[in-house]
Amino acid sequence: MNQPAEPLRAATLEPEDHDTLAHLAGAADESPVGKHLTPETRGRITIPHVELAPPTKGPDRFFSGLTVTTGVVIVAMIAAIAIFLVASAVGPLSRNQVNFLTSTRWDISDQNLAFGIAALLWTTVLSSIVAMVIAVPVAMGVALLITHYAPSRVGRVVGFLVDLLAAVPSIVYGLWGARVFAPWLKPFGDWLSDTLGFIPLFERGVTSAGTVFAASLVLAIMILPIITAISRDVFDQTPRDHIEAAWALGATKWEMIRIAVIPYGRSGSIAAAMLGLGRALGETIAVMLILSTVPGFSWSLFSGGQTFASLIARGAPEFDSPTKAGAYIAAGLVLFVLTFAVNGVARAVAAGGKKG
Amino acid sequence: MAKRIEVKDLNIYYGSHHAVQSVNLTVEPRSVTAFIGPSGCGKSTVLRTLNRMHEVIPGAYCEGEVLLDGINLYGKDVDPVAVRRQVGMVFQRPNPFPSMSIYENVVAGLKLNGVKSKKVLDEAAEKSLRGANLWKEVKDRLDKPGIGLSGGQQQRLCIARAIAVSPDVLLMDEPCSALDPISTLAIEDLIHELKDEYTVVIVTHNMQQASRVSDRTAFFNLAAQGQPGELVELDDTEKIFSNPTKQATEDYITGRFG
Repeated sequence: MNQPAEPLRAATLEPEDHDTLAHLAGAADESPVGKHLTPETRGRITIPHVELAPPTKGPDRFFSGLTVTTGVVIVAMIAAIAIFLVASAVGPLSRNQVNFLTSTRWDISDQNLAFGIAALLWTTVLSSIVAMVIAVPVAMGVALLITHYAPSRVGRVVGFLVDLLAAVPSIVYGLWGARVFAPWLKPFGDWLSDTLGFIPLFERGVTSAGTVFAASLVLAIMILPIITAISRDVFDQTPRDHIEAAWALGATKWEMIRIAVIPYGRSGSIAAAMLGLGRALGETIAVMLILSTVPGFSWSLFSGGQTFASLIARGAPEFDSPTKAGAYIAAGLVLFVLTFAVNGVARAVAAGGKKG
Repeated sequence: MAKRIEVKDLNIYYGSHHAVQSVNLTVEPRSVTAFIGPSGCGKSTVLRTLNRMHEVIPGAYCEGEVLLDGINLYGKDVDPVAVRRQVGMVFQRPNPFPSMSIYENVVAGLKLNGVKSKKVLDEAAEKSLRGANLWKEVKDRLDKPGIGLSGGQQQRLCIARAIAVSPDVLLMDEPCSALDPISTLAIEDLIHELKDEYTVVIVTHNMQQASRVSDRTAFFNLAAQGQPGELVELDDTEKIFSNPTKQATEDYITGRFG
């Protein structure tokens, strides 16, 4: 081990390497080591020998055991939930009078079970997608404002306010949405229906303010903070190298963002949007408070309806019967699969971005 | 194309920190000027004021004049974006845009300048890649990602990207410090060729490199830690390395520094 020390030392202090030498010598005033690094004393530096204890294996084994255990527990819990959902849903599903996936009926009042999720699926997906369409551009804009446009103090304040939105409990969003926001939005919705009513999506629906449209906008506000926060973090981590490369080519601020910041943050923001979508799909209490329930099915944004989550929450008093509970659980299973799929896509996108 | 740079009484600051004081220097067109000096002496900082890249750091600013063929880059109605389109820059670490192909990287600057014609872009890409001695190595894989190249190739790609917009001046901030000796040699050869068409300013930590590639050398130094850096002397490279006027320069180039 002692053999290579000599050439190594010689190599680091090659006479040509003026810069290193000058640098070390320049620090001579503060550093006692620097004093020795003159051409005269070169090669005479000795490093004291230190006895090192052999590595201990105990803590290592303990931690690997701990992590394996927790990992197994989590996987087992998810599996247990899936098994519970499937097992409880199988009975009622087998006695279902209508097609579970395509029927829009939800009739579990007597022994002739007739329940389908088509209407629920439509309302859930429609409200979540509208929320996404509104929230994602706003979140991207706010994230870029915070990271690249606003002076850092203003950016911090705006970021803090957006984080604050995340701290508002969903029951409060529900109350505010149902009592204040939805009635306020009603005239605008009516105007849209009058103007674009020939499209089924914009048909006139319920007379009350509790429309899918109102619920979607409240959902948009609710998922805005998480999308903003994650996008802000990825935009903020854009390597300086990329940003400076763009500046040096004579990019304007927007061009710099377009060619350096957005390509870097693209996969992260898509994953953020998917996380937001996952939250919107599963949001319960706010949607339940805002949405008016309606008989029948409508394609319209300005109709009422039920999402998976709001239906199940409303049905809670009926959970005493295993059959009725099982029907709700079947609906819950579909929501479970849906959010699972959305999260899977989010992860795939995020991982794909890292490779590229 | 190649233009003369004159720096007049330039003082550079990072917030309240006075980084470089009273720099006066002239860079001749169609020549290579090297900036050398110990770490922290402000040579990179001075370089970055020549294309107004210094000010992209929050709180950074400078006072004084930088004249490009007589026009002050810090004039009242001069747009820094326009300055950077005339004065190209190559950085210490190769920084091709990772989401872009080799071709897209080279023409990125032209696209920013509104060039849309496929024919013009194709020609410029080939000319720039030939100019950067990279054409032969990449001509069959122009659509592959720029970051798939080796470090030295990436740096030549960045040089191609910088010269694609036909800048008046090319600034290089330690362009070889992240490269192996063979890639370094390739870049140094390239710098020799570039000075036929461009004014080149290069910051380097390697004095052999300065003596190999440059016509003129500027030595920067700082009186003491915490003091602003300053230009000690600027002269023909041969003179700086054989018979410098100032004692500090001699101490530095002979390794008896401090």
